[in-house]
Amino acid sequence: MNPGQVAVIAGLTLREVARRRILWVLLGLSVVSVLLVAWGVDRRVTYARADGILEVQVRIGVSQVLIVIAFMFSFVLAMSAAFLGAPAIASDIETGTVHAMLARPLRRSELLLGRWLGLALVVAGYAVVSALLAIVAVGIVSGHVPPEPQVAIAYLAFQAVVVLTLAIALGTRLPAIAAGSIVVVLFGLAWFAGVLGNVAVAFDATPMAAAGDIARVLVPTDGLWRGVIYGLEPPVVLVLANARNAEALRANPFFAADPPPTEFVAWAIGWTVLVLLGGIALFRRREL
Amino acid sequence: MTDPAIDVRGLHKAFGSTVALEALDLHVDRGEVFGFLGPNGAGKTTAVKLLLGLTRPTRGEGTVLGRPLGDRDARRDVGYLPELFRYQAWLTAREVLHLHARLSGLPSSGRDAELDRVIDVVGLHGRDDERTGGFSKGMQQRLGLAAALLGDPALVILDEPTSALDPVGRDDVRAIIREAQARGSTVFLNSHLLGEVERLCDRVAIVNRGRVVAAGALADLLGAAAVRLRVTGLEDPGAVLGSFGRVTVEDDWLVVGPLEPDRVPDLVATVVGAGGRVHAVDPGRRSLEDLFLDLVRDASPPAPDLEPAA
Repeated sequence: MNPGQVAVIAGLTLREVARRRILWVLLGLSVVSVLLVAWGVDRRVTYARADGILEVQVRIGVSQVLIVIAFMFSFVLAMSAAFLGAPAIASDIETGTVHAMLARPLRRSELLLGRWLGLALVVAGYAVVSALLAIVAVGIVSGHVPPEPQVAIAYLAFQAVVVLTLAIALGTRLPAIAAGSIVVVLFGLAWFAGVLGNVAVAFDATPMAAAGDIARVLVPTDGLWRGVIYGLEPPVVLVLANARNAEALRANPFFAADPPPTEFVAWAIGWTVLVLLGGIALFRRREL
Repeated sequence: MTDPAIDVRGLHKAFGSTVALEALDLHVDRGEVFGFLGPNGAGKTTAVKLLLGLTRPTRGEGTVLGRPLGDRDARRDVGYLPELFRYQAWLTAREVLHLHARLSGLPSSGRDAELDRVIDVVGLHGRDDERTGGFSKGMQQRLGLAAALLGDPALVILDEPTSALDPVGRDDVRAIIREAQARGSTVFLNSHLLGEVERLCDRVAIVNRGRVVAAGALADLLGAAAVRLRVTGLEDPGAVLGSFGRVTVEDDWLVVGPLEPDRVPDLVATVVGAGGRVHAVDPGRRSLEDLFLDLVRDASPPAPDLEPAA
């Protein structure tokens, strides 16, 4: 492994994203949606305060809105990661770009890791910038700042990297469009399995809850999404939840009683590494 | 410089049940321009990919620049123009070359000068700051050629370098290949434009159905052809010229041979000595195209199972 070659490919990938205007379009759309959200939250908070609603209720309401916005961003991020990652190798093979590059002293593993590194920086950077924008804008208009925004942002970025890794790995063997579609479907299914799993926990349906846990292990995106929620929830929500019947609240897909366990985070990191290695193995065996 | 540029034996490549290369034997010496010919589907591009390590042989082995097939260090000294390719459309021509210079480890000190040199050689001067997405196929091919020539590699592998070029472009490429040879590169030219190969190559190999069916110096391969003479006043030409080979009559022409080219003056002297008058002599050199067509057309249709002998 030559880190210099990986860096050359990562730099090339960053330049590609910048030149092809993908990132700028995404950032532009994010700015527009953040402005709309800020306007909406501002109206809601103003009317609620005018109606004499308790400040703690206003804060809880705003925190839920912020979590829903984060959910929307997580979906946009996942879609972006899938459709940036899937063609990273697949399109280069289809156009023959890859043949000219691999005839140089460049290993397939270096090419794949360089692509991954460049795109991981892009999606993680996009996650950080868009989430920060949303949190700051909502904070300005409502006064509500989540307790651990850095935790929420880190999980959001991690989730995007997980999706990206799977898309790149599948793209070494499948056409870009197929790889991208599969990843988006898996992401959606994993989220849905997580929701169903939580409903099952709330209703004490053990086999279904186990299925939710298995889905979370197979595709760790939903587990990481819980981390995003946890980082955005004001402590008062957790206190209230624990005071009442927390089990029933678990059914709410926009609520997390606990942060993701350390073992799960370790597994998600291991999962990413394994999928990356799997992608390298598939790419190595591919006939060009 | 003692290792041959390319030396492979018995390379066999199968994709599932489809055999792309049956058993490829090739030997290319340093410093020569080597033509690699064959009809479509003969396995030429597969052979090139095996030489570069883009795909691995099912059986067989070999060396490129004295190192095993696909070796990373050998690739440092190999320039390659793929047959079907497109460079990153969002990069300028100069940026594409810069990328390839970095990937092949060209020292940064002389990099810009080297980029200028190859841009000049392939005639992209003045267009090098344009994005390649707007390039015609011919311009792309010139860029690919520039990339292949970067850093004066010991071995330049060109897969159909003139397929998208007009006659002027083809002439340019011939000059470029000769210059690369003069600068010390070995050129491996994969082409089915026989005229190109005939004009450029020192030696050729012809592949058909995954095997080399002829290989050697062009002069040897084309070898002796029958000489045609228009002669009057010669009685019994068969008896007079029998020592030169088979003698037949086609219309007004006497056909003698096959005969080595340096024996043609002797043949004419013998005709004149026997009282004949020589009106025309056609040394009748066989073209590469004739040889190619003979070899490729003579080949029997593929056997139902193409499993090679062990």
